Amino acid sequence: MIKEPEQRITCYHCGENCEEETIDKDDKNFCCQGCKTVYEILNKVELCDYYTISKAPGANQKSKVRLDKFAFLEDVQLQQKLIHFKNEKQSHVTFYLPQMHCSSCIWLLENLAKLDHHIIRSEVNFLKKEVSVVFSHSNSSLRSIAELLTSIGYEPHFSLNDLSGKAIKKYDKSRIYKIGIAGFCFGNIMLLSFPEYFSLGVIEEKGLKKLFSYLILVLSLPVFFYVASEFFVSAFKSLKQRYLNIDAPIALAILITFGRSVYEIIGGNGAGYMDSMSGIVFFMLIGRFFQNKTYNTMAFSRDYTSYFPLGVTIINEEGVEQQVPISKIKVGDRIKIHSNEIIPADSILFYGKASIDQSFVTGESFPVEKSIGEIIYAGGKQLGGALELEVIKDVSQSYLTSLWNNDAFKKTEEKGVSYIHTVSKYFTFVLFSIAIVSAIYWQINDPTRVWNAVTSILIVACPCALLLSATFTNGNMLRVLQNFGFFARNAGVIEQIAAADTIVFDKTGTITEQTNSEIKYEGTPLDEQIAQYVRSLAAQSNHPLSKAIVSYLPSYKKLVVKNYHEEPGAGIVGMIENNKVAIGSLNFFNPNAVQIDVGTKVYVQIKDRVYGYFAIQTNYRQGLAHVLGKLKERFKVSLISGDNDSEYSKLKNLFNAKQYFNRSPQDKLEYIEKLQKENKKVIMIGDGFNDAGALRQSNVGIAVTDNVNNFSPACDVIFDGTKFSHLDDLLKYCTHNKLIINISFSVSIFYNVVGLYFAVQGNLQPVIAAILMPVSSMSIVLLTTGLSTVLALPIKRKYKLRGRLFLKLI
Amino acid sequence: MSVIFILIIASLTIAIGFLIAFIWSVKTNQYDDDYTPSVRILFDNELRSKQQSNSKEKNK
Repeated sequence: MIKEPEQRITCYHCGENCEEETIDKDDKNFCCQGCKTVYEILNKVELCDYYTISKAPGANQKSKVRLDKFAFLEDVQLQQKLIHFKNEKQSHVTFYLPQMHCSSCIWLLENLAKLDHHIIRSEVNFLKKEVSVVFSHSNSSLRSIAELLTSIGYEPHFSLNDLSGKAIKKYDKSRIYKIGIAGFCFGNIMLLSFPEYFSLGVIEEKGLKKLFSYLILVLSLPVFFYVASEFFVSAFKSLKQRYLNIDAPIALAILITFGRSVYEIIGGNGAGYMDSMSGIVFFMLIGRFFQNKTYNTMAFSRDYTSYFPLGVTIINEEGVEQQVPISKIKVGDRIKIHSNEIIPADSILFYGKASIDQSFVTGESFPVEKSIGEIIYAGGKQLGGALELEVIKDVSQSYLTSLWNNDAFKKTEEKGVSYIHTVSKYFTFVLFSIAIVSAIYWQINDPTRVWNAVTSILIVACPCALLLSATFTNGNMLRVLQNFGFFARNAGVIEQIAAADTIVFDKTGTITEQTNSEIKYEGTPLDEQIAQYVRSLAAQSNHPLSKAIVSYLPSYKKLVVKNYHEEPGAGIVGMIENNKVAIGSLNFFNPNAVQIDVGTKVYVQIKDRVYGYFAIQTNYRQGLAHVLGKLKERFKVSLISGDNDSEYSKLKNLFNAKQYFNRSPQDKLEYIEKLQKENKKVIMIGDGFNDAGALRQSNVGIAVTDNVNNFSPACDVIFDGTKFSHLDDLLKYCTHNKLIINISFSVSIFYNVVGLYFAVQGNLQPVIAAILMPVSSMSIVLLTTGLSTVLALPIKRKYKLRGRLFLKLI
Repeated sequence: MSVIFILIIASLTIAIGFLIAFIWSVKTNQYDDDYTPSVRILFDNELRSKQQSNSKEKNK
């Protein structure tokens, strides 16, 4: 029916197919004027190495940026917040550039000084997609640099979050210092203890023995007072709240080990257990570091402020357009929204044709047309031309943002308490019983040994093995999950997933793909000419359905469309080569017709003859049916969507469970709350703002996104949508967590029993402690990381295999 | 045997030196971005060689 054009010309700048037009310049092809302009700018200053480092490195420039878009950057107050350092000559500022993606980008952005001589230095942090620029502010301004970046295809992204005054939380490095110091002290103490161990406590030269033990004492001071302080602080805090966490018995063990060792060293009757103490502190800190290693490029706690733009155009009383920061918008202001901008506050449409993409706010999958006088809620994105709106509510009071006033967002404490704290409670209880029993025994038989026995027991049997098991298991599981595009906020999330029994899905963007709706043509076959009629007509419209048709039909030549007319929400019509061509919904051609079946259809009519229709269906994520089938075995599954129920019958077969449609964000939150009141542990899987409340309220909120660096609302897990088919296996993997911790903990109990065997006799030699401690720590580390890696192998194998099969099929 | 006193003091001093070097490297953000420098080091050479060849041509 439709032939693929044999050779496709790709753009030299962005690498995309030159579909509509091809511009030639210096024997190179460009898909649009924008791409060519970037090339020209770079060519002028001889920065064309940009194109040799990676092939077609640019971002597509088809959508143009308004000239005065960055005028708001001239606001002085705003500048003060964005510029993080300023002296008489220069200013330092950091831009977030989401388009950054390859080594060419790094090269170009680090050579900004060649494009603008007032830029002194620019440095890229590729992982954060940031460029920090040092410029002389007497000759250049924030605005001009933002415009320069935009002109070469890297439009900086500003959000309200940048301005909220909260300094970006700097990564706390104190734990790294602590690990370094603990490792240093541990190693040296161990070396200095060797003579004592190997000569079994008999060192000929008296002075040497004294030197060794006092050096050990000195080296252990920073470990006890600085490095181990976090255990003491945490233990003290938990005791104050009348709650025994795992740090309490650990702190006690450290305290007793240190006390007894100091006593022995100063008394000159032993070498103490300083190497065991610093060793265990070292290992525990590494475990915690490993577990809490966060993804610094990801933000898990974003709210609406990071989604909204920084500046907006207002039209003042004299009718003059003005750029102002979003915080200065008042009720009653007249604002102007350009194409592809986000509406910052609830407002009434005053002028213009509104076609609002509300998928992020309400979950509706197709844009909504609004007519003059209607209310447009904040958060929607205007797809058509420019609009004039009158603001009726403050930014922070709008329909969308008021969700953040809900109690669910005021909770700050962690969701749930890790079960290792509960286990450690029993552990401590047993430990104290053993200590008391042996104290009584020695009190009766040999009172001189009481102290020795009791302190030894407390030294040997600290629950540090439990802490090590948990931290290393969690840390490794987080890394394994990360490989599958499953980024959990912290280790507690894994335990919460393992405990969950209910899953609630959102529809739009979560189980459907955000792009690529599936298109099928039914009816009289379209020959090449007719296909071009339809394509040329559809190319006139900005409606997503028209765009979908344009990308579906291949391009041969662009035809001129005369008398083009668009009926919002119905269809489009125009004259091509003296033929009347129209595409649109059934009602567009026959107002009385009622479409019987579900789904979106676009009919084609040429010269009053209906040829057929394009059936456009929401594309569900790959493997959805399979994943749901698997999940239903272990979870109660339901669906809650802000969209209408046009897909109900299709979803009915898939879900075979409760489905709710047309729900507001508040309804979603309340639904989760209701489930939780029924003692259910709920996983909410959503994507947009309309799910933000539910994600927050749920026990585990999973945000699905097609690009992990894109915006996603506050959640516990950011999940890569392209890996959706793995979801079932990943959730199952999380349930192994407890098993692994229990196994390795049992192994460590074995070491504890060996140690206790010596300890209850009051006969624990430092050398025994010095052997037991590293051996048990190392075996736990190996066991936990090993087990969690082995358990991930089946998943790894499964999806690799699938990938290969898929390739074969192609 | 008393030479051991000197040896121990010397080895500890060196070890402390390394500890300080480690803390300094963390403090000056040398571990913050472990990707970009690896790319950057390759660019510098290319640019410089070009500039040099350009300046040579000009000198001629």
